[in-house]
Amino acid sequence: MFDVDFLVDRVFPQLNAGLWMSVKLIVPSAVFGLLFGVIIGIVRVFGKPWMQRVANAYTALFRGVPLLVQLFILYFGLPNIGIYLEPYAASVLGFILCSAAYNSEYVRGALLSIRQGQLSAAQALGFSTMQTLVSIVVPQAVRRALPGCGNEVVYLIKYSSLAYVITCIELTGEAKVLASRTFRFTEVFLVVGAYYLFLVTVASWLLHKVEERFHIPGFGRPRQ
Amino acid sequence: MATPESVITSGTPILRLENIGKTLGGKRILSDISMDVDKGELKVLIGPSGAGKSTLLQCINYLIPPDEGHIRLEGRVVDAARKSDLYAFRQQVGMIFQDFNLFDHLDALNNVSIALRKVRGMSRKAAAERAMAELERVGLANRATLYPAQLSGGQKQRVAIARALAMDPKVMLLDEPTSALDPELVGEVLAVIRDLARGGMTMVMASHQMDFTRALAHEILFMERGSIIERGSPAELLAPGSGTRTADFCSRLTDLCEECS
Repeated sequence: MFDVDFLVDRVFPQLNAGLWMSVKLIVPSAVFGLLFGVIIGIVRVFGKPWMQRVANAYTALFRGVPLLVQLFILYFGLPNIGIYLEPYAASVLGFILCSAAYNSEYVRGALLSIRQGQLSAAQALGFSTMQTLVSIVVPQAVRRALPGCGNEVVYLIKYSSLAYVITCIELTGEAKVLASRTFRFTEVFLVVGAYYLFLVTVASWLLHKVEERFHIPGFGRPRQ
Repeated sequence: MATPESVITSGTPILRLENIGKTLGGKRILSDISMDVDKGELKVLIGPSGAGKSTLLQCINYLIPPDEGHIRLEGRVVDAARKSDLYAFRQQVGMIFQDFNLFDHLDALNNVSIALRKVRGMSRKAAAERAMAELERVGLANRATLYPAQLSGGQKQRVAIARALAMDPKVMLLDEPTSALDPELVGEVLAVIRDLARGGMTMVMASHQMDFTRALAHEILFMERGSIIERGSPAELLAPGSGTRTADFCSRLTDLCEECS
């Protein structure tokens, strides 16, 4: 069934281009999704009441609406109010907003797990609320949230495939085009599956390295 | 050893509580608590569980803001509504907690130095040197790179004491510092506190360590249901046949300890 010439001449070159686009979608989405997720998570736990309400509403909205619908709104809906986004920009924006909503939930859980006593100790030493957050709470919460946020990165790698629906042709998009032209769906999509598996493996390995790098005794052991 | 008579009580007390009251959830936790703490004095709060000792200590540095009354440090009323005033006040009042409350993500040295860097604005190097000196003072210089999860309870509490001392507090508040410790670890912590007392540190301590209190306290304050109902020197309150609530409570405490052992 496998035709080596077809793979080497057609599948790999076209899919590699798609892979590169996927990476360009995933990396900024993961980085900013995590960053905003941390900020939103902090606001949801320590913000003023009105800020908490806004952040909670944000999370409810972006977790509650299917990502594909969000992408459609960003790409096809926003032009109605005069905002035109390139397919790439709309995809990255959609991924960041969605990823941040999920990450904020992991961060919120981690923040709530920090013992109240440490906050009292910091206050007793003269820390301001902001200093307590930055120096005591966040460094611990991020460590506790890492496994969950890593999970979110793995999801992101896979839901990045939705970008092709709004014409940002990445890995899955290229595969769809190639398969439609050649009718060799089996080969093409098996290779695509392997590509995604490869991306997830690399991401898992990197996340493991990060967990190891920031490991502190008493914060659980990273996988051996 | 310092005795109550040797304390100079003239001049302004270093810490003064004026009619402190606190109500939480409709329940009166503290009512009309007043006390003067002079420089170098060790006051010990004693009383049954739920008497309000812990709440009182946390009211003193506004971790639980009192509803009524004033707190004066060296004669000046603390204006807790002004954040900068409050933070400056807290830096001068060290607090030791029953369950240590070390920062879990920092090693012993950084637990002590972080407030010097972040609150005092000291350089990393100067803060580390000062922190090391404080760890030496509590006998833990060789544990500086260990994290809280790697320390015993007694070691954690000694790091917590070093952390408070590094800020050069004028007063230390100690909330049952040995209650969460295994019996064999109590001694090492009490030894550090005893050295502080002998060195002239002003302290208010909630404690059930009666031998320690008898030997070192200048005044015992017996609390029950949010009020101070007896106060006096250990000699007065704990004398056999004195018939005080304090003596009664302490003898029951001693009986209990003997039953346990």
